[in-house]
Parts: sequence; C-alpha cells; structure tokens
Amino acid sequence: MKVPMSWLEDYIDIDVPVEDLAERMTLAGLEVESIEYVGLPQAELPWDPEKIVVGEVRSVRPHPNADRLVLVEVDYGEPDTEVVVTGAPSLLKRAGEDELHLKVAFAMEGARLYDGHGSGREVLTLGKVKIRGVPSRAMVASEKELGISEEQVDIIYLPEDALVGMPLVEYMGDAILEFDIKGPFAHLNSVIGVAREAAALVDVPLRRDVLEELERHGTELSSEPDYLNLEILDPSLCPRYSAALINDVEVRPSPFWMQLRLRRAGVRPINNIVDVTNYVMLELGQPLHAFDYDLLRSRPGDERPAIIVRRAEPGEQMRTLDGQMRVFDDRMLLITDGGGPVAVAGVMGGEESEVSQETTDVLLEAANFDYLNVRRTSRELGLATESAQRFGRQVDPELTVKAAARAAYLMRDLADGEVAHVMDDLFPGREPRRVVRIQPAHIARILGVEVPTDDIVRILTSLEFEVAESDGDPDTLAVTVPSHRRDVTRPADLVEEVGRIWGYDRFPTTRMRDELPPQRENPRLEGAERVRDLLVGCRLDEVITYSLGSIQDEGRLHPGTPRPDADAYLRLRNPLSSAQDTLRQTLLPSLLETVRQNLRFVDRVALFEIGRIYLPVKGSPLPEEPRRLGIVMTGPREEPSWLQHQDPTLMGFFDLKGVVETLLNGLAVEGAFEPAAQAAFHPGRCAQLTVDGDSIGTVGELHPLVRETFQLPDQPVCVSEIDLDGLLAHCGPPREMAPVSAHPPIYEDLAVVVDEEIPAARVRDLIVEAGAPLLRSVALFDVYRGPQVGAGRKSLAHRLTYQAADRTLTDREVAQVREAIVSQLTRELDATLRG
Amino acid sequence: MLDELRQVEEEARSSLRVVQSGENLEIWRRRYLGKNGALTEMLRSVGDLPKDERPAFGRAANEAKRGLEEAFQRRADELERQDTERELRGGSVDVTLPGRPIGPGHLHITTQTLRQIYAIFADMGFQVYEAPEVETDELNFGLLNMPPDHPARDMWDTFWVEEGVVMRTHTSPGQIRAMREYCPEPIRVILPGKCYRYEQVSARSEHQFYQVEGLAVGHDIRMTDLIGTLTEFARRFYGGVGRLRMRGSYFPFTEPSIEADIECILCEGLGCRVCKNSGWLEIAGAGMVHPVVLENGGYDPTEWSGFAFGTGVERPAMLKHGIDDIRLFYGNDLRFLRQF
Repeated sequence: MKVPMSWLEDYIDIDVPVEDLAERMTLAGLEVESIEYVGLPQAELPWDPEKIVVGEVRSVRPHPNADRLVLVEVDYGEPDTEVVVTGAPSLLKRAGEDELHLKVAFAMEGARLYDGHGSGREVLTLGKVKIRGVPSRAMVASEKELGISEEQVDIIYLPEDALVGMPLVEYMGDAILEFDIKGPFAHLNSVIGVAREAAALVDVPLRRDVLEELERHGTELSSEPDYLNLEILDPSLCPRYSAALINDVEVRPSPFWMQLRLRRAGVRPINNIVDVTNYVMLELGQPLHAFDYDLLRSRPGDERPAIIVRRAEPGEQMRTLDGQMRVFDDRMLLITDGGGPVAVAGVMGGEESEVSQETTDVLLEAANFDYLNVRRTSRELGLATESAQRFGRQVDPELTVKAAARAAYLMRDLADGEVAHVMDDLFPGREPRRVVRIQPAHIARILGVEVPTDDIVRILTSLEFEVAESDGDPDTLAVTVPSHRRDVTRPADLVEEVGRIWGYDRFPTTRMRDELPPQRENPRLEGAERVRDLLVGCRLDEVITYSLGSIQDEGRLHPGTPRPDADAYLRLRNPLSSAQDTLRQTLLPSLLETVRQNLRFVDRVALFEIGRIYLPVKGSPLPEEPRRLGIVMTGPREEPSWLQHQDPTLMGFFDLKGVVETLLNGLAVEGAFEPAAQAAFHPGRCAQLTVDGDSIGTVGELHPLVRETFQLPDQPVCVSEIDLDGLLAHCGPPREMAPVSAHPPIYEDLAVVVDEEIPAARVRDLIVEAGAPLLRSVALFDVYRGPQVGAGRKSLAHRLTYQAADRTLTDREVAQVREAIVSQLTRELDATLRG
Repeated sequence: MLDELRQVEEEARSSLRVVQSGENLEIWRRRYLGKNGALTEMLRSVGDLPKDERPAFGRAANEAKRGLEEAFQRRADELERQDTERELRGGSVDVTLPGRPIGPGHLHITTQTLRQIYAIFADMGFQVYEAPEVETDELNFGLLNMPPDHPARDMWDTFWVEEGVVMRTHTSPGQIRAMREYCPEPIRVILPGKCYRYEQVSARSEHQFYQVEGLAVGHDIRMTDLIGTLTEFARRFYGGVGRLRMRGSYFPFTEPSIEADIECILCEGLGCRVCKNSGWLEIAGAGMVHPVVLENGGYDPTEWSGFAFGTGVERPAMLKHGIDDIRLFYGNDLRFLRQF
C-alpha cells in the first residue's frame, strides 16, 4: 500500500524527517518497504526550487520558421515574462491565443530535468539554445521531464490555485511511503489507519476534523428514506448497509489534486464518481460502490428502487464490471434490486447498473459484509478486487456512514451533485464494544520488561483504546477496544500493542532462566549424520533433490512394463507442473537425473542422498515418510591427474559394494549380499542387502535399458537404494575393543578351488568358522579361472593371518588349524587346494 | 707365517679399496673378518706355532685385525656417505607440480548449514525434533490459530495433496506435535526440515526449501529471552556481525510477533541490491507463542509461556557464502556443491 506524505499530513503534523518516521513505523510492525521521493532533495531528480517553479502561460504565438513549434510567453513571478519555444501538442493548438492563464511547470536555464525524448532516464541541464532561429533558455516541462511518469505525453498543467513563481517542489513535491502490511488488518490499510499509528508513535494528536462530515454538514440519518426500499435478508452476512443518493451529478475527470493523490497511491483515475469511491476507500478503508440510480429497478407496486441483500439462488447469473458472466452458488451474497442481481456483495458491481458518462443520479453503497464469506466468494469467482481484499480482512462496521457522508460531499463538490437530505442506514448486526481486562504484571511477565502503568495507559490511549481501572481491582485495567480494532480480543493482543509502541529496540536481551527441559537421545538424527560422514569419507558428494517428481519418472525405472498405478501414490491437486505432481517413492529417478546433468561437465560422479519417500497408508490421511539412502557412482575410479596417466578404470559393482561395506562396518552392522533380480538392475550384477534376515536394500549396476531411458552413457552406473531407518535399526551396540596382540602373526596363502556356482562368501564363511579362534583374519586376494583349475571351477586365493593374543604360535599349531580348514572345505564344498 | 699374515693383510686392504657397494663390503667382511674369514683362520692357527713364536704372531695378528676392522669401518662410512650423496643428487622433484588429487566427498551446503545451526542451539539446550512433511490442514493451519478461511492463510501459498492434507508450508506444525508429545514437561527444541510452497521458482524463491523452527515453553519464558536467544544465534552464526534489530511483525501463531534483522553483511548497512536498499536483512520471524497455540498444545497459558522462531537455511547460507541464486541448492551441480 502506498501512502503519500502529503495525504498523511491531512491528519497529523509530522515534525520528524520522513526517514525517521518510516524507521519507527517499520519497527512497530508497519514495514515501510521503500520511500519514493518526488522532487524533494532526496529524489533521484530533485527539483531546484530556484529554477523549477509554477509558471503561467499568457499567450501562444506561431514560430516564424516552423509549423510544429510555437512561442509561448510565460509569467513566472518575475517582473519580466519569458518566451519559450515549444512543440507541446496542446499548446500548438492554441497558437494565436492571448490572455491565457494556463498554469504550468516552468524550468529555467540551469535546471536539471530528464530528457523527455530519450528512451531512458538521462538527466539534461537546461541551457541557452536557438531553435529554428529563435533563442530559448527555459521550457514548460512534462511529467516525464520532471520524473513523475515514464511516458512523454504532454506538458503538465497545474490547477488554478497554484501560485505563480512558487517553487514546484513546494507545490507538489512529495514522499510516498510504500508499506508491506503484514497480517489481515483492514484497519491499517488506509491513510487514516497509517496516520493513527504515526500519531501514536511520534506522540502527536490525530486531526479528526477532516472526517467529521456528518457534523459539518448537519447530515440527518433516516432508516426510512423515500428514495430506496432497502432490505437485508441475511444479516449474518451483511451486518450493516448504508447508502446515500447524490442527484444531478456531472460525470467528468477529477480535479488535479485528486488525480495526483490517487496516482501516488497507485490507483488510476477514471472519472470523478469512480475516483471518489476509490479515494474514500484509500482514505478510510471502507470500500464503496456507486450504482447508476436510474438503472435500479423497483419491486412491483413500489415507486422506489429496491435494494435487497440476499444469498444467490443456485445457478443465478450476472455480468460483472469486467464484462465476465458469473454464475453464483447459494453461499454467495448478492446485492439485488427489484429485477435481479446488481452486484456481488463486497466483491464487484454488475455491468448493467454501472456508472457511465450518462449517469445523473448516483446511489452510493457503504456496507459491511462478513469477511469469511467475502473471502470465499472472491476465491471461488477468482475475483481478488481491492474491495474484496479489504472486506476479507474485517472492515470496521462503524465506518459505513462516515464513508458514505465523506464520499457524498466529495461528489457534491467535484461533480456538482446534490446530496439527498437523508441517508439510509440499516445496522442489524451491531455489536457491543468489547472490553478486555489486563494486568500490568501480566504484560511484564510476557515481555520481560516492566513498562510503567502510566506508559501502558498512554500507549493504549494513543491508539484510541479507552482505559479505565477495573471495578474493585486496582491491579487490573479495563480496556475498551475501538471499533476499528477487530483484531483485539484478548490480553495477548494488548501485550503486543504495548510492546511494539514501547519499542522492541528498547528491550534488553536476557538468557532463559527457566529450568532446562529433560534432554533426550536422538538416534534418528545421529544415525543419519553418521551415515553422511561415512559416505563423504568414501569420497561421495551429498545432494538434495526434489521430493516432488512424476509417475513417468518412477516408471522409467521399469522400461517395457506398464506405468505404475497412479492410485498408489500421493499426488498434488495443484501442482506447479506435471513433472512435479507426485510425491516420490524412490530417490533413484531424481538421483539419476542429477547424474545425467553432471556428466556433461564432470567425469567422475559419486553421490548420495538421504531423503524421505511418501507411502500412502490406508485409512490415514497422512502417509508414512520413511527415509531412504540413495547412492549412484559412475565414471573413472580416480580423478585424472599427471600422476595417473589416462588410465580410466571405470567404477563398477565392487566399487559400490566397497562403499556399502564401509558404511555397514562404520555402523557396526553385519550385512549380507545375496544375488537378486530387480527390473532396474543388471540381472547378473545385483545384490540384495540383508541384515539379520531383513531385506533393507539393493546394490547393483543399472540395467542397460534403464541407463538408456535416463540418457546415461554406455558405462557401468552403480546404484544402491537402502531403507535408512531399517538400516539404522540394526546398528550394533558400541564395539568392544579387540586386544592388539604383541605376538607376531603368521601369514599363509590358501588357494581354494571350488565349483563355479559356489559363492565366494560361502567359502569365506567356512574358513572363518573352521579357523576360529586362532585365525585372525581372511582376505581374498585373487580369483582365477582357467586351464589350471579346469572347466566349471574357480580358484579363490585367500591370505590367512593366524595370531594368538598370549603367545607366539608354533608351526605345528598353525598346521593344525589349516588342516581343520582344509578338511572343512573339502567336506562341505568338495574343494581342492591349488598348487 | 708372519709373512703370510702380511700378505693377507695387504691383499685385504687393496681389495677393500675397490669395494663400491654395501653388498660387496659385506662379502669382503665375511672373507677377511667373518667367522671363517682369512684373518680369523690365521688367529685360530696360532696354536700350531712353536710356543715362543706364539706371542709375537698373536700380537701381529690382532693388530692386523684391528687395523682391518678400522679400515672396514672407514670404508663403510665412506660408502654410506656416497650413497646419501647419490640419493640427494638424483632425488630432486619439481615441487611446483600439483599433488595427487584425493577427490574428497562433500556434505551438501544445506547439511553443513543445518549442522552449524544445530550446534549453536544445542549449546543453549535446544534439541532437534523432526516432524512430517505431509501434514493435515489442521496442524499446518488450524491449530496454529488459523481456522479455515482465516485471512492469514493467504500468507502461505499451499500445495494441496487432498482435502485436509497439505505439503507443510512451514515447520510450525511441529510445534503442536512437540507440545503434545512432551506436555507437561518444559520444552526446548528446534525443528528442521523441508517445507513446500506453491511458488514459481526463481533466483529468490524455490518451491522446496528448508526451515528451522525453534520452540521454548516453560513457566517463565519472556520476550527478552527470545531476543537474547536470537541475538546469540546471529552473533555466532554470522560471526560478530554489526547491529541487530527487532521489529514488530505479524504471525497468527505468535503474539507479540517480531522479525529479527541484521545489518546487511554485504553492504554493511549502506543499502544494496540484496537488502533492497534498506541496509537490513531479515533473518528470523519470531514471537511469544500465542495463547491459543499453547492451549492447542496442552499448556495452560495462564501458567505457561513460550517463544517460537523460524529461520530459513538457504538464505543464511546464501548470505554467508555470497550465493546469488537459490536454485543452485537443489539443482545439485557438483561444480557448485564441491565448493563447500
């Protein structure tokens, strides 16, 4: 919301610099986002008070040497007039006229102005020139040259009241405050609302006389006017309806001052009638609507037009001001006349009864509507009008009559209308004034600051609360809430008023003195952080991708099979795009997409993500959100360097498995890898990871067809997805130390030849089992297939380490263990020893 | 016999002069001075001599042995010195060549930032509490003092999953969950996590982002405690920044509500593009927990009070590292992520 200081000054005398006022308002919760200066010294283009003044065009003569130029004689308050050469279209038309009194913005030699004909905002300094032989050292300026508007149209004309010779900056310089009003507060969305806050903050009185139209004009109120038959059928949705009739108006452009204020507030001027309704809305916060009175229809048997406020019949229709035909439901509130709908209550008027150039009599509506209902109607119809936005934030119901009177008399003054002698006011929904009781001690308890009671009273009073001592309780204040503060209902609301006007910048900082709550363990977080550290230690980069994906993406993991069933997923009702309309159930599509994009710039991609997936739960509105760990690795094992001459050994299954093993080891989890078949994976390079019999993930290389659907290159892409919560559930207790033996180990190699289909893990398990306890470790160091071991057989060479904690082993002891291992292998696996 | 001794000694000395390696030196030692070496043999044969020749020969032989041992030691020292010299001569490298790349992994910048936040708040007794990302309308809005159609709901552009179910627009619903779980204990938690907004993605806004919410509930929690806590956080996270200011604001679930700003760390308060020329950057929204919210969490507002605050994660990281586009966070370009 934009509020020009010049308008604000109608209500308060501000003796602090505008920047200070803006700062104080910002700190009190009315955030001033920016200050736009017009002509003032702080402006981008200040208007030099000596050189840019109000001038008056006295005569216009033809230019002796040019058809498109004229010579203009300007009085600018000096004894002599100045002749200026100009091509302004509106002055060209007046060539030859004398005794003119046209007020203009007059700029003299040395004045700095924007280039009116340039495309950007270039500043020019006005100098002495000759234009087609005629000297000229001044000009009549346009809005663009003064920096008021972006377009070069015509020169600016000022109203007659502008004093010739007055510095232009004094006449129409301004600072416009742009507010970002947080929260649904209708009472702040008006000039008077901002003025009220400013008055409280700088501790000056609010001038109310501008508003007291009723008293000033001696207006009489009547609930039985002779010009209208008014009826509210649904008082819960329309607590109040006031109206005024203004006869014999002349619809024409508004005067300069009003157009200027509207434009500075960001509203486009239209005509005097519409402008007045907008002006009063901006000023007081009360949305108004103007009907063409003569187009309103009466009910049968009645002279007077009817206004009936009622809910719509289902399917009822009306064309709104924007030309759209609207269909209503029975929860929407309409303003109707004897013939049907004429406005959507609080949202937008109808086209049929709109004020036009031909209008002579205006019926002004100033009503109050239920804010929730207006919000709903506005949303359902897709009509977010200024009016609906204000009503949607609870407008003060006491405003209607004041606003109607204010607007009616403005129309009288600006459109030569005549205000009918009565105004109607139906107020079935009047509420008693609210009283909130509060103890200063409570304020201190919440704020941590002892604000003296006198200051509490002063602050609340300055915001138009009435403060009294509560009956029989000297420690309690009874605070009567002004009607415009619809938001204040409980003591906490008053604590805030006191705090923000007192000033949070004056608050000291304290440390909590309340007891420290019980501190709890958090294995869920710690586990995930441990996993991150382990994987980063394995030279993986962490990524975080979007939780929202698409069914198509999930389907890309299963080429050649039907797309996954959309009903099995949670999906957005209002997605931003179809590519992000589904809550993911696997991390892999977004990880593979991340890999694809990175491979354009990076050769080695090894990354992981920890993220949630979303699994619908029957009978529950909310899904389960288990965490998954996804890993993808592809490309060369080593970063290329001058030390590693182009030896791009590509990462494969065992690189990934090494990472997963490191992870398991770091978490003290015993995992097992078993061959598995999964659609997305290479059938011969895919393992299921199990821990204590629970399957918790898959480790493998991507199926070549899946690789293709994700447009990945023809190289192994190693992929793992693990149920993180399942994994962490198996984390072992802290490891017990294994003593480091001081006695020398004995090493021995053992090449075991077995049938091809025997898994290496089986061989290893048997060695470990038979070798206990003197066998300290087993490491596979070679796998050989070939003529030396025969077809269908393979040799698995292990290095065995024997060691005892308490003595040096003898050759005999070692030989016995070895014998036990060999006989176990022979018995169980039909193994032989090689070499 | 003595002649023979002289001859052996002479031969040993001359052959020692041509020994050039440690290996050959050892062979030489074994041949002359070893267990079965020539000199050792001669000493052993002293017994074969006539009695009267024995002392003289023994002396000579021992002398010769000592002499050869000394020569051996000298030669050994000499050879070692030559070895060292040789190694030094041939072992120079161009120290300006790059080292072998390690290619370390990197935590995501968001994770790193979250960890810093966790650590600072942990020191003040706040523990991490995690809550769901898909939430009911009631928890995301209703219980936070925003019944259906409440105008404040306009402050959040919401993704709807189905009637009554949303992608959480903020971490605040976790406040209700934490209160309901811990009531009637006092509370000090932070609630980190992903949030979602129905917003077009641009350099300044993402539809998915992280927030960290803080919540303290107790018998004596004051607004000045809140300001103290935020000040402490800002000081530690941004590292001795300039001024901090608290200004009034509005959130439906806190009252009074404030926002905390720090003096823009890029322009030091002078005004720049990032701070929209205000000189200030908003770092947190906060306030005293609204009595309705306390009640909804199970706490009697006449007995209990609390504060809550919310801060972004990406924005602080952007300020700290000069990141100018929020889309970089979840675009996951490794050339970006590996910088941190």
